[in-house]
Amino acid sequence: MMDAVRLTARDVGVSFGGLVALAGIDLDVGAGEIVGLIGSNGAGKSTMVNVLSGFQKPSRGTVFLGDVSLAGMPPHRISRAGIVRTFQSVRLFRDLTVAENVAAAVAVLGKGAPDVTELLALMGISDLKEKPAGSLSYAHQRRLAIARALGLRPRFLLLDEPAAGMTPGEVEELDRTLVALRDQTGLGLLLVEHNMTLVMSVCERLVVMDGGRVIARGTPDLIGQDPLVRQAYLGPGRERARP
Amino acid sequence: MIYVIQTLVDAVSVGAVYALSALGIGLLFGVMRLVNFAQGEFVTIGIYTLMLTVGLWFPLAAILTVLVVVLLALLADRLAFKPVRDADPATMLITSFALSYLLQNVLVLIFGARPIGFNIIPELGLPVMIGEIRIPRLNILTICVAVGLLTGIALFLRRTRIGIEMRAAAVDFRMARLLGIKGDRVIAVAFALTGVLSAVVAVLFAAQTGTAAPTYGLQLALVGFVATVIGGMGSLVGAVFGGMIVGVVTVCLQALLPPELRVFREAFVYAVVIAILVLRPDGLFQGVGSRERV
Repeated sequence: MMDAVRLTARDVGVSFGGLVALAGIDLDVGAGEIVGLIGSNGAGKSTMVNVLSGFQKPSRGTVFLGDVSLAGMPPHRISRAGIVRTFQSVRLFRDLTVAENVAAAVAVLGKGAPDVTELLALMGISDLKEKPAGSLSYAHQRRLAIARALGLRPRFLLLDEPAAGMTPGEVEELDRTLVALRDQTGLGLLLVEHNMTLVMSVCERLVVMDGGRVIARGTPDLIGQDPLVRQAYLGPGRERARP
Repeated sequence: MIYVIQTLVDAVSVGAVYALSALGIGLLFGVMRLVNFAQGEFVTIGIYTLMLTVGLWFPLAAILTVLVVVLLALLADRLAFKPVRDADPATMLITSFALSYLLQNVLVLIFGARPIGFNIIPELGLPVMIGEIRIPRLNILTICVAVGLLTGIALFLRRTRIGIEMRAAAVDFRMARLLGIKGDRVIAVAFALTGVLSAVVAVLFAAQTGTAAPTYGLQLALVGFVATVIGGMGSLVGAVFGGMIVGVVTVCLQALLPPELRVFREAFVYAVVIAILVLRPDGLFQGVGSRERV
């Protein structure tokens, strides 16, 4: 079901002592939209995800879910409000089975919670449900992390480098899964990712960061041709992965 | 052969009590990274409760003991540990020692330091004859209660929502809270389960020894702690196995050592413990406590 609510960040700034990590970032993600947040290491992408998910208190600016300000909300309340994230380091419950990992999230919602089996099927890991999470391959662990996040019935899912460590074949599969996920659930997805093949393929809009600032926004086509972006991030000889 | 079987039944019976004690320590360590030495006093207070209720119908006395110890465990969580929950583990450890000594000294003030004898059910001392093998009823009761309780707790942790939440919190407490799992509730349930285990250990221990003394529980808590280390800190299966190993080794050494060496039995037990840890520094089952945190 599509949801008209947008996730919006307005003029978000974060400073660590004298170091400015984010300098007035505006960002928004709509329902059913896949937005890519890209930039070199240290550009401030993960800090931005931390702000959106409540892990980092901004020095200035505010995050809104629809008209509701999320200022001062702790991470668990933000995830209950509908903004759920995954982590670069997967952080699964390694001793629990695949199904139990998702059940731990689903149980919190009580009645009306998503079905564990359906979530595992959606992420293509149904056949692994009785395996301990710690025994899964890296790609499957990342899929499980997304399935667990979906167990909280999010409206917006923030994926922090979901393709890290995956083979090209696994990235292609993830590409299909993310699009199917968006199409079936109407979720808004914010994708922080270095794998440009994935980013250029699945995202409708890109936001490019450098040094804590947004240096470009637009469709993958436009961003791919932006000379500033090519110089700062993509590299002068870099071509789009998919036209 | 008969002697060997009788000794083994004794060993399993003692091991079962140690396993329950170790499981209580392991449960709290898993969720809070707290080695709660005050658990010993939960056991001791359980023993005194049982002593004070001698004369009541035994099942009622046992239920009262469980209720008193669970209430004590929940109060300990709320009044002593919750205020220092976000402090470093050393602070929580010192808090557990402080609570342990406080409770122990309160018991000394009320009941004195000397052991007090009492007898719950004299019939438990009578043997059951299986062929030529004499097995005390108490040993059979101990083994049955331990197996039942361990099975019940295993099912609780695997089949119930709060059980899965507890296991999740034991692996990554912050992540569990991020998912919306209520940390306070998970910890309270862990303390309550520790209370149930301590009360059952108190009943079994009191039935075996027939005395109450302010230091009994601390000894059991120390054995439980050693057992969790052998088993692998944070591994509940390891805690149970560790407790069983310490119990079995203790009883077997008592049976096998020459009389002049039996006074050094504990030294031999801890030599075995050291040998296990030299061979398996993380314990027999690697628990979450020995893994690198991400």
